[in-house]
Amino acid sequence: MGICVQRGGPLTTVQDKGRLGYQNLGFSASGAMDRRALRLANLLLDNEENDAVLEVTMVGPKFTFESPNCFVLTGADLKASLNGQVLETNRVYAAGAGDVVDFPQSFPSRGARAYIGFAGGLDLPPLMGSRSTYLKGKMGGLEGRGLKTGDRLEFLAPRPQLPNLEKRRLPEDFETVYGGRQVKIRVILGPQEDSFTPEGLKLFLNQPYRVTPNSDRMGSRLDGPVIPHKGRADIISDGIAFGAIQVPSEGKPIILLADRQSTGGYTKIANVITVDLPKVAQRMVGDEIRFEAVSVEQAQQWLRQEEEALEKAARAWQTRPSFWKRLLGAR
Amino acid sequence: MMEKTRILLAGDSAVSVQFGDAIDPEIYARVRALYESLKGEKIPGVTELIPTFRSLMVQYDPRQLGYEQLKGQLEARLEKLGRAQQPPKKVITIPVCFGGSWGEDLEEVARYHDTTPERIVELFCSSEFLIYMLGFTPGYPYIGGVPRELVTPRLDSPRLKVPAGTVGIGGEQLGIYPIESPGGFRLVGNTPVRLYDPENRQTPVLLEAGEYIRFTSIGPEEYEQIRRQVEEGSYRCQIREG
Repeated sequence: MGICVQRGGPLTTVQDKGRLGYQNLGFSASGAMDRRALRLANLLLDNEENDAVLEVTMVGPKFTFESPNCFVLTGADLKASLNGQVLETNRVYAAGAGDVVDFPQSFPSRGARAYIGFAGGLDLPPLMGSRSTYLKGKMGGLEGRGLKTGDRLEFLAPRPQLPNLEKRRLPEDFETVYGGRQVKIRVILGPQEDSFTPEGLKLFLNQPYRVTPNSDRMGSRLDGPVIPHKGRADIISDGIAFGAIQVPSEGKPIILLADRQSTGGYTKIANVITVDLPKVAQRMVGDEIRFEAVSVEQAQQWLRQEEEALEKAARAWQTRPSFWKRLLGAR
Repeated sequence: MMEKTRILLAGDSAVSVQFGDAIDPEIYARVRALYESLKGEKIPGVTELIPTFRSLMVQYDPRQLGYEQLKGQLEARLEKLGRAQQPPKKVITIPVCFGGSWGEDLEEVARYHDTTPERIVELFCSSEFLIYMLGFTPGYPYIGGVPRELVTPRLDSPRLKVPAGTVGIGGEQLGIYPIESPGGFRLVGNTPVRLYDPENRQTPVLLEAGEYIRFTSIGPEEYEQIRRQVEEGSYRCQIREG
């Protein structure tokens, strides 16, 4: 037993950490766009780190619990409600059979993607080690597509009750802010930063770029001042990492995201640092981005600090020693 | 002269180890050697390896492995690379029905090279082509080392839909489209063999980087016959090793 979908919303997909280890065969990694929100959802529910959640885009679905389970909303606050009562994000709730979760049909003010985690995860057959939906490949998740009316999703190992339910929330001061309509995104230059003129690099790091409507789970296409290349914009195709910023010959940057192609033949000016990827994933059309270059050492230090802060927060509700062993063993 | 190997930053969770700036079997052999080395004796914290024409992308988890640490370990591996064992050559035969509705650009490719369609097919079927990498879509092989008489520019504007199984040529590359997708290559034929089969959970992808392809020309009847066998799951491509 699990949930029954009354309305799928424009794009609600099943996602986990992605299809890892198959990019060498041409598969997109996929997975949640906002990895921190995925991690938070699973941490708050004592789930496995890679349990599957629902990723909601802009406008949420409506569904009914067919059996009781605990659940949580993370990521952007899209003002979801449980039986008409507005829910807080980053806080675990217990739902009973027949309870209805609904999202308003208007656009949110802040952030593009919300995540719905269920205790024990969702029961779908993993494909190559992942339950993530890869839309362009029509694979993974629920038949490789977004949710629609009448779909049923089963819980894998539901836990209608969780210890310390009241404590399962993030402290108010916990940094989950995704910023306003103008954000700073930190990047590490490379691997092909020397393909651009010094003026081109200066423009990239000093001028604002806007998110265009041609953005999706594959990439965020930006508009702004043209970044000139020294020579050709094409390279011999090489590997692409999450957050790579490629600049094709027209000179407008594209940030490659969860459903990115594994390889590509355009010059990559920089790569978004891991702790700022959620910020990119939460951008809406028209938002303004300014890039700032940082060092790899600094970026990795921020990532370790973020991890420590998450673990510290989780101690407030986490009591099972096995959980800590697992968490520490994974490092 | 071999260019100096460079370890390029691709963000805080990946590096691109670049061996040169050309599509060249010798450069590629070094990509493969590092790939095999890292696949065999793993570096803890490395999460993914993507071999490409002239570089190897190494993705890693910085919470387990810092950049300087990874760089040091990669440099140590690179120093020992010369002694890395190359795996035996593996050649997979791909049956292709050339021309007509299977490859609508064959005649144009022949005209471009001022020759006959038969000669183009002969050129296709007389070489063993190295698969440098997989990418673009699941199971799509990037094939280099194309004879000069086959090099044909890509279409000015890509087709929105190229059927699955289509064999095409674009510049110095050959490709086979595993799934229907957009594509700018010139289409010369079609294979009934499935390069990507999501139903096959063990090996959804037929080809691997580092393997070789040999094309063999088949007629429409044989095409149908093989297509039926593929559907039943009884068709096996001919494979030669060594």
